[in-house]
Amino acid sequence: MANMISDETIDYVGILAKLALSDEEKEQAKQDMGKMLDYIDQLNELDTSGVEPMSHVFSVHNVFREDVVTNGDGREETLAGAPERSGDTFVVPRTFEE
Amino acid sequence: MERLEYTAVGLGSAIKSGKVTAEAAVEAVLARIKEKESALHCYVTVDEEGALTRARAVQKRIDSGELTGALAGVPVAVKDNLCTKGMRTTCSSRMLAGFVPTYTAHAVQKLEQAGAVIIGKTNMDEFAMGSTTETSAFGVTRNPYNEAHVPGGSSGGSAAAVAAGECFYALGSDTGGSIRQPASFCGVVGMKPTYGTVSRYGLIAYGSSLDQIGPLSQDVTDCAAVLTAIAGHDDKDSTSLQREDTDFMSALHEDVKGLRIGIPRDYFSDGLNGEVREAVMAAAKVLERKGAVIEEFSLGLVKYAIPCYYTIAAAEASSNLERFDGIKYGYRTTEFEGLHSMYKKTRSEGFGAEVKRRIMLGSFVLSSGYYDAYYLKALRVKALIKKAFDDAFAKYDLLLGPVAPTTAPKLGESLADPIQMYLGDIYTISVNLAGLPAISVPCGTDSRGLPIGLQLIGDCYQEKKILCAAYAYEQQRVFE
Repeated sequence: MANMISDETIDYVGILAKLALSDEEKEQAKQDMGKMLDYIDQLNELDTSGVEPMSHVFSVHNVFREDVVTNGDGREETLAGAPERSGDTFVVPRTFEE
Repeated sequence: MERLEYTAVGLGSAIKSGKVTAEAAVEAVLARIKEKESALHCYVTVDEEGALTRARAVQKRIDSGELTGALAGVPVAVKDNLCTKGMRTTCSSRMLAGFVPTYTAHAVQKLEQAGAVIIGKTNMDEFAMGSTTETSAFGVTRNPYNEAHVPGGSSGGSAAAVAAGECFYALGSDTGGSIRQPASFCGVVGMKPTYGTVSRYGLIAYGSSLDQIGPLSQDVTDCAAVLTAIAGHDDKDSTSLQREDTDFMSALHEDVKGLRIGIPRDYFSDGLNGEVREAVMAAAKVLERKGAVIEEFSLGLVKYAIPCYYTIAAAEASSNLERFDGIKYGYRTTEFEGLHSMYKKTRSEGFGAEVKRRIMLGSFVLSSGYYDAYYLKALRVKALIKKAFDDAFAKYDLLLGPVAPTTAPKLGESLADPIQMYLGDIYTISVNLAGLPAISVPCGTDSRGLPIGLQLIGDCYQEKKILCAAYAYEQQRVFE
């Protein structure tokens, strides 16, 4: 495997991905990602100098509209799906330490 | 395979003429579901009561002359990544096991306006990530042609439900072949339209630049009817196209005389199963006899499509799936210490292995230091792939090839080696990268009786050419 993924890299990617991986999962992730990156490295066989990155196949521009509310009051339905609510608000864990 | 008595369009006209009622059609489907579902598991949710209630309401509107469309009263199954107001929508993930949307996807809304009756939500690979429907958190779906085999994926539940007569037609989504490949494996018709033709509003996003919603149906006529119903501009999807040419039923004729069809030689190389090759080449001969001009050519870059796709799709997935954080809806872990621990535990417990694998890869290729080398490189290769198709369509009206290198693999054989599984997407994936429309039409079975699919690919906006050739082929097809 050409791409050796270090423990530090897996920990860092875990932070970016907001995933808590067990030691076993980390080992597996190192293997999987290394293999996948080896595979993706094939793209380097292609000379892409001077080629613009294509994010969209059609030329898409920002689509603007007037900032007018068109949907009704969905508060109750929306809050009904919350993992935890208190009255008309979502309950979240403490965000700042005292 | 034991199909229902009617196709979707056939049922629509039988309902219109008073031979059948919408309610009786739902009852026929529910009876079939009772008979088959314990073996096949096509659905995550079957809304028996709701479907019967909706059928009675639709019937009234048909009787009063308010609903006159081709699909009025016809029961449909919807892939479980399309939001349905008031009906659980899970993406076959533990993360959304109890999620009930507050709105309905635009494509589903269009079907409802056309008088469709939603039966339930079909099983899929978790968040549409997979090629077998085995990554579903709610158990596998089995192939109706042979229950030891997978139905394909990620729209495996939709394809199997159509094949087994557990619905008259279904909606799926296609990010890298997720409509066409299961359609091929289950012997039904499946189409991915030009990117932007069907609104993605209410489709739970996987790879936003690649995702398109499309039909899975019993035949090409049904496919055209469903596509006509769901296509159209939507303000709520900023990538939605303004198209006027969405009367796809007008393409259903057999005149393919002079149609230039290119066969990419690179689609018939070593990895292709011999029986699949034979069936697809025989289908090309059928079109040639009807007057199409068939020619082999080299498309180029085919092997680069997979690494290009998985880089882009993983990058977009890692971004799209950030929203699942346990705050506003979906799963939240029970024990945690503080906000970040809650996020991490929620996501680690809520997502399955394949989803986590792609989120990790996507986070990596987007991270600073690797963004240029991986993500931007893939976007540059995508431009080259698009150019290769542009060159091909300067010479040909359509491209013809297989949908997948093999017929449906056995259950349990695919997930152990992800890269091997990804290789199965080689003929479908570049179509999504280039935003093209493509169809899968049944073109035979292998010696084990498993279906083989023929793929027809068109240039952007050329669904009608595809549907015409597919229809002409279907009329002449003799394998059954």
